[in-house]
Amino acid sequence: MNTPQDSVYSQQFEIVGGDFTRGGQVATKIKRILKEIGIDSSIIRRVVIAVYEAEMNVVMYAQKGILNLMVMPSEIDVVIVDEGQGIADIKLAMEEGYSTASVEMREMGFGAGMGLPNIKKNVDYFYIQSEVDVGSRLYISIII
Amino acid sequence: MTLREVKKILNCTVVVGDEALDMEVDMACGADLMSDVLTFTKSGALLLTGLTNAQSVRAAEVADIKAVIYVRGKMPDNEAISIAKESKIPLLSTKLYMFESCGKLYKHGLIGISEYREVKNEYTAR
Repeated sequence: MNTPQDSVYSQQFEIVGGDFTRGGQVATKIKRILKEIGIDSSIIRRVVIAVYEAEMNVVMYAQKGILNLMVMPSEIDVVIVDEGQGIADIKLAMEEGYSTASVEMREMGFGAGMGLPNIKKNVDYFYIQSEVDVGSRLYISIII
Repeated sequence: MTLREVKKILNCTVVVGDEALDMEVDMACGADLMSDVLTFTKSGALLLTGLTNAQSVRAAEVADIKAVIYVRGKMPDNEAISIAKESKIPLLSTKLYMFESCGKLYKHGLIGISEYREVKNEYTAR
């Protein structure tokens, strides 16, 4: 298990649930950080798309969340832990097109049921666990 | 094609990025679903959309979209404009509808994202 002590860079970010205007801020901050570190742009794009989808999931379905970014010498690890409604059926949520999004979420351009499948598509390691009415934990890694 | 040519073809108003009109765009996509922008676009594409909120620019930044064209006469909201200024993504608006906007650009030689790699390979082969 990697720890922050082994990392080239690590930072924790807070995500506020329900804040559709600020949603995505963490993803764009991480994009700038990874650029500064000098990570390859195709890797950055994959990390940031996965983080943005995950961040918007917190905004849409949770009260709050904490995102931990760890840049290791050979991989980028992201852990997102939220307090919220959780996911009742993860297998179903992983199916493309399955969505529980509200009208408001759809008006914002989200809720097409592509979030979790798209995160998985962009990363090398994906693990999610969730408890209804407690929250979800998402672990993702991308090899540099 | 430059963004200036796109502006001329679609008779656009420039909302953000007057100074960036000489930027080259090689491909474009049209989408109103930001999830689709994240799933199907390629780095460096031009995005045509009817979605005008903050997320239209955030998704563009995340997906390395070069510039955003709002169709159907729509204008980005203030939050979208301020994010675009910060992230230096030009925003333009056209009165044309989505289909017509895409059609006109395509007719003038701007290709779609799925064609991009193929065309590049063809050039390499020559």
